Amino acid sequence: MDATAAPLLQINDLSVAFRQGGRETLAVDRVSFDIRRGETLALVGESGSGKSVTALSVMKLLPYPSAHHPSGVIRFKGRDLLQLRPREMRQVRGKDITIIFQEPMTSLNPLHTIEAQIGEILLLHAGLTGMAARERILELLTEVGIPEPRTRLSSYPHQLSGGQRQRVMIAMALANEPDLLIADEPTTALDVTVQAQILKLLKDLQARLGMAMLFITHDLGIVRKLAERVCVMKSGNIVEQGAIEKVFRAPEHAYTRALIAAEPHPDPAPVQPGAPIVMETDDLKVWFPVKRGLLRRVVGHIKAVDGVRIAVRQGETLGVVGESGSGKTTLGLAILRLVSSQGRIVFLGKPITGLKFRDMLPFRRDMQIVFQDPYGSLSPRMSVSDIVEEGLRVHAPKLSKAERDQRVIQALADVGLDTDTRFRYPHEFSGGQRQRIALARALVLEPTFVVLDEPTSALDMLIQSQMVDLLRALQKRRNLTYLFISHDLRVVAALASRLVVMRAGKIVEEGPAADLFARPQSEYTRALLAAAFKLETAPEGVVAE
Amino acid sequence: MDDRTKLAPPAPPQPATLPSQDMAPPVVSLLTPSPINRRRWENFKANRRGFWSLWIFLALFTVSLFAEFIANDRPFLVKYDGHLFFPTLFDYTQADFGVTDELAGSAPDYRDPYLQQLIAEKGGSIVWPPIRYSYDTHNLDLPTPAPSPPTWMLTEDQCRPVVERKGLKSCRDLEYNWLGTDDQGFDVLARVIYGFRISVLFGLTLTIISSIIGVAAGAVQGYFGGWTDLLFQRFIEIWTSIPELYLLLIISSVLVPGFFVLLGILLLFSWVSLVGLVRAEFLRGRNFEYIQAARALGVANRVIMFRHLLPNAMVATMTFLPFILSSSVMTLTALDFLGFGLPPGSASLGEMLKQGKDNIQAPWLGITAFVTVATMLSLLIFIGEAVRDAFDPRKTFR
Repeated sequence: MDATAAPLLQINDLSVAFRQGGRETLAVDRVSFDIRRGETLALVGESGSGKSVTALSVMKLLPYPSAHHPSGVIRFKGRDLLQLRPREMRQVRGKDITIIFQEPMTSLNPLHTIEAQIGEILLLHAGLTGMAARERILELLTEVGIPEPRTRLSSYPHQLSGGQRQRVMIAMALANEPDLLIADEPTTALDVTVQAQILKLLKDLQARLGMAMLFITHDLGIVRKLAERVCVMKSGNIVEQGAIEKVFRAPEHAYTRALIAAEPHPDPAPVQPGAPIVMETDDLKVWFPVKRGLLRRVVGHIKAVDGVRIAVRQGETLGVVGESGSGKTTLGLAILRLVSSQGRIVFLGKPITGLKFRDMLPFRRDMQIVFQDPYGSLSPRMSVSDIVEEGLRVHAPKLSKAERDQRVIQALADVGLDTDTRFRYPHEFSGGQRQRIALARALVLEPTFVVLDEPTSALDMLIQSQMVDLLRALQKRRNLTYLFISHDLRVVAALASRLVVMRAGKIVEEGPAADLFARPQSEYTRALLAAAFKLETAPEGVVAE
Repeated sequence: MDDRTKLAPPAPPQPATLPSQDMAPPVVSLLTPSPINRRRWENFKANRRGFWSLWIFLALFTVSLFAEFIANDRPFLVKYDGHLFFPTLFDYTQADFGVTDELAGSAPDYRDPYLQQLIAEKGGSIVWPPIRYSYDTHNLDLPTPAPSPPTWMLTEDQCRPVVERKGLKSCRDLEYNWLGTDDQGFDVLARVIYGFRISVLFGLTLTIISSIIGVAAGAVQGYFGGWTDLLFQRFIEIWTSIPELYLLLIISSVLVPGFFVLLGILLLFSWVSLVGLVRAEFLRGRNFEYIQAARALGVANRVIMFRHLLPNAMVATMTFLPFILSSSVMTLTALDFLGFGLPPGSASLGEMLKQGKDNIQAPWLGITAFVTVATMLSLLIFIGEAVRDAFDPRKTFR
């Protein structure tokens, strides 16, 4: 690559500010960087650091005029994009610069077929219609690795898996062979195995088409794998930039060092062979009937959980891993009796299968759950104090208001939150803080058994490792039993004493975590491990596409 | 209760805390609105048209609530023989004012010159409201056959008989009908004030009751889903396909129409309007993770619906309320216009519109009714738009 040539994209002193309710908030503060042709630049930072806003201002996709640029130049192929008129800008978007978003579920229009979605961008910029357009669409779909592209043309987005949708997004982004591709956390919403596949695809395509890529992520593993240079962002500033090897070998800024050190370190609770069994299932089945026809006859079942047998002992963490759709979350919900199931469930020595709502009530305080999404799992219209004390109102109705408040304060202190903030509403907290609130809600009842359903996967790396440390400390102090559900083996490795590997509702492999990591027996487990630790793809057919 | 309900000793220092927790201590007060409500109020105010409409509407409504003190054929206050009388608030008999003939036991007509003279003879005085007609006061001194034009439009020729009979100098000395009278000789302005009040009160009552029923029905359908939802939805489909207006006409020709009978009849159909909306919100909301979390805590269905789901549905409901209110007002007006509404003689805007149509030679009837109805509905729609802005989470104002 010719380093002396003028860079493709040159950003100088760019600032972005938002105006709301008469207040100015500076989201990005005078950042400068450039991207050369064919190069991959990674923009790393925690959520809220301004990395997405920076990328969106290149496309001029911010909510103008409430967003504006107090300073800066964005020079792309010699033209200042900030000075372009909307009409000229539309020529740049989708042709010279394209973007892939994080959420494959919502970035495709659910009412258009794949052919119509890709066809639109071809029509707009290349004027292709009819057979010529169809040829090009097929070519693109083949290029992004969609199997049997001809039958997929008339599919709607909901008929595709998350990974396939992201591939379609990539096909749309590549349709006019752009010079610059902006990828805004394109794999964050995906499984580790699918993430590895998408990353490989992006790298291959970039090498073949020679385009430059601006890759936004919070995952340093991806940066190391994919990028040539990296910019580290923190609260609107670029605190460090440079070549990958240099930044990783000798990080200069304290924040970069903290990011690199943020990998969760494995220190699982020891296996407890003699301890009493807290939760046990035998031949647990969750089958969702598939109904067809006018009379809604049951023609088959979706076997979300199919004959699972687990046992968790006091003080242990049982890790449940598997790709998405393998039934891990349904298993978690089923053992807490939140979805109906068949098969034996024994909790603290008592069978709880088929108990009515009222009969389950005494067990509820001992079994709790923390969900994945820190934004969805807290009611936006209740204060933190109301959220945390809700369980107490059900299970300890005799407590006075003051006693209840005392317990809430205790629980919030336990999860490391400032107790003075308990009258605020969830939207005032960050993702990590919200997840702590959700944990406080579960722990205020002092349960014995907690199901953790991917509690860290929506969080930034740094917050993730803090959360793992917190979970571990709480487990030690209170002798808690965890069922830890995750697709990310790096986090599971940090917590789980024993592991269950699930695929299509069945257990593929199980055993002590250390053994499983050292000597995985099945091909599937090996693929999960490779994807999680090395971001490598598995041979075809081992994991879902 | 086991030992866990007792308080645990203070925890040891925490191993992991977040770096940024320098939030200021909270100010807890009932008078401080939550940030989200403050933002909504700001958004509402930013829609200037809606903001002013709200104040104008509230002013008009408040004024009309005191209609008895503005337009009435009874005075506020009569001072007679050293006693004070409040005819607006209490009923008196003629005997109280010194009438001794066979009519002594009947209700006094304060507009009667004979009575006024009796009071004046005893050194009494009368304090009248600004308009000395109620909605059902016949003007007995009409200069022209009813409907009579507004007094300020009359020519001296037209009012000469009345002026001469009452011993006055000119038209301008007559008791004014500011907007004329209708074909019964009722004062139009008085009827507008009373009609506005009854329309808004009727609309509000109908809106509130039908919202409560609609939200409850929608909540049950959305939350439980499945067969409950399926059966209820089919029922509503059949129910709404009944031709509403014909049924209303039939029922109101059997039952004697009055405020509450009409309310009941209209309620039969108006509760459906919110069901779909609330049902959709509950269907969407019942799978949220915080609902699952509440179930995992063992919270009862009833509590989940009230505490967790209802606030979500309230945004959609609040947004719709002004529009439901205006359509309720419109329905009542339409029924009155067709002659199937409130009983004859009661103040109603629909009835005035009908008179305007029947007496095309008396434009003050039609124009007054039209301006009143149009202003009221426009104000409500403008307020509705501002409410919609207020609840729109994506709306930003410069």
